[in-house]
Amino acid sequence: MTATATAEVIPYNAVNTKSSRKFERQAEYAPEDFHDHLFELEAEGEWIVQRVPEPYVEVMTKFGRKKKIPLEMTWHHKSCGQCGHIPGYSTAIFWLNRKLDLKYTDPTDQTSCTAWNYYASATSNAAAQAGVAMRNFAAAYETGYYPLIHCGTSYGHYKEVREEMMHHAEVRHQVRDVMKKLGKPLVMPEEIVHYSEWIHAVRDRIAAKQKRDFSNLAVTVHPACHYYKLVQEDAIYDPDIYGGQRTATVSALIVALGAEVRDYSTWFDCCGFGFRHILVQRDFTRSFATRRKIEVMKEEANPDVVITHDTGCVTTLDKSQFVGQAHGLNVGVPVMSDAQFAALAMGAHPYRVCQLHWHSTDYKPLLEKMGIDHEAAWAEFQEDLKKLKSGEKEYLTWEDVG
Amino acid sequence: MGLFADKYPDVAYQEKERLWEQVKADPRYPSYLYGCYECGICVAACPSARFYDFSPRKIAQAAAREDIDLIYEQMNDDVWNCSQCFSCNRCPRQNSPGGVITILREVAVKNGLKSAKQALEGYSRIIYKIMGTGTQVSPDMLQPDAFPDWGPQVREVSADLELWRRALPPETLHTTSTGWQVDDKTIIELYLIWHNTGVMDMIAEVDEGLHMILNDVMEEKLEEAGYEV
Repeated sequence: MTATATAEVIPYNAVNTKSSRKFERQAEYAPEDFHDHLFELEAEGEWIVQRVPEPYVEVMTKFGRKKKIPLEMTWHHKSCGQCGHIPGYSTAIFWLNRKLDLKYTDPTDQTSCTAWNYYASATSNAAAQAGVAMRNFAAAYETGYYPLIHCGTSYGHYKEVREEMMHHAEVRHQVRDVMKKLGKPLVMPEEIVHYSEWIHAVRDRIAAKQKRDFSNLAVTVHPACHYYKLVQEDAIYDPDIYGGQRTATVSALIVALGAEVRDYSTWFDCCGFGFRHILVQRDFTRSFATRRKIEVMKEEANPDVVITHDTGCVTTLDKSQFVGQAHGLNVGVPVMSDAQFAALAMGAHPYRVCQLHWHSTDYKPLLEKMGIDHEAAWAEFQEDLKKLKSGEKEYLTWEDVG
Repeated sequence: MGLFADKYPDVAYQEKERLWEQVKADPRYPSYLYGCYECGICVAACPSARFYDFSPRKIAQAAAREDIDLIYEQMNDDVWNCSQCFSCNRCPRQNSPGGVITILREVAVKNGLKSAKQALEGYSRIIYKIMGTGTQVSPDMLQPDAFPDWGPQVREVSADLELWRRALPPETLHTTSTGWQVDDKTIIELYLIWHNTGVMDMIAEVDEGLHMILNDVMEEKLEEAGYEV
């Protein structure tokens, strides 16, 4: 196919994610498919493998392996930072499930993966970390729902745990003994699935229900390190997105929603979160987030919004801009998750659902570009708060938010 | 004999070697280091290398040639600068310098190194939160004095926190002291994991006070649930 012919079939807003270079998947470099060993261990009675429930969508991973993404019957493994500090993130994920009429459960029998603390302080060890993962997996299995991991770090860490549990019998047996004490089975999911992979899998359904026109929006994407750098062969890639040379999650959604993905040179850099740094050494975090990410995006791409798919990335890139602005840096771009962006496209309320008042950087110009009357929306939300305050209502419910 | 001057000559070589043996004994270590081309791709990708005098290549090199003195120095002076983003995993030799650092940190904590204690100063409340409640950060941590650099928006959140949490449609998110609602039974199970995998001993090495508080909280709940610690 010639370059001209390619341009004719590609929508304009998708061109920026196209590559003129052709890349062949280098199967000879691909790590072996872990499933053989996973099922062998099941056959030997070492553990139960929880199958991805039907219906599922098969997607392509980095070296060409197909990965099953469940559409429903999902057990939502929530994220500490999302639920704690940017709750519109989690709310938007649930809202999308509800609007797409896909069955899910939001469990209370779930702990954090505790990996944020582990990567920050090392006050844990491989067996403990695996124990926490396997307890959560067993809790999901007991409900009949399939784990869908909200946090990029949980997702990456659980894949590391899977590797350790498969290849180190001493760790596996130690964890099995701990699970016995808890009265729980040892269960490993057939695939470890991140919510952004689920969004990727349903992006056409989201686009089909799109209510707001995003064709005038310019977006930069920050791919989350722990999504595609940890056990990297498991992340989603697509030849149509950057020639299959970068993960397709998030970017493919933006394209499906008709917005323009704009490239920038430091896309591979992390956000600056640093795990311990965001909590106790934020000079590093602030400097890296503003100097290496936001300023570069502004100078090279001038986006209306930064979209990413992990807890720490949204927090770091959003919250770090305040000090940058005080110092006169070229910053000031709102940051949100792919889930919130998709929900807004489908007509979600910016405060009742996406809870943007928990975000720091000014998002109002973006809402105006989306055609949202943010003053009216805020007034509606204030009315909700009044009802909660007066006791007329105890909580805002799903029925209230539309 | 290492390539660099020994920065910690007062620490016996045997002690440094003992710690290094613990690093090598970790089952993950063989799959984190295969050798090093010294190409520097890990350094080019490393955010901490842009900000600190820090080099994942130097750490991989020291480990590969088992430079005991230098490894001890790195275990004290370097490892806490790592961002644990694992950008260094793009190593063409399939090394994971970030993974090696995870193990170096873990050994530093397990052995109560002074530098580890210093690195974790101010971090105790986070460890307490995650180990005690099962969620790492909670809405009530958003206080203006804790995050002054995040701007006035933090003040707005903290001022109306309880009200704003009730304005969240998911029923599990109406909490303020935990990220979401966690069952008591679930917390008990988490405590049992900490107790049965040696994590409580690690905490005792780096922070005795925290260990005492956590132990009190856990023992009470575990005993109520019929477990003996």
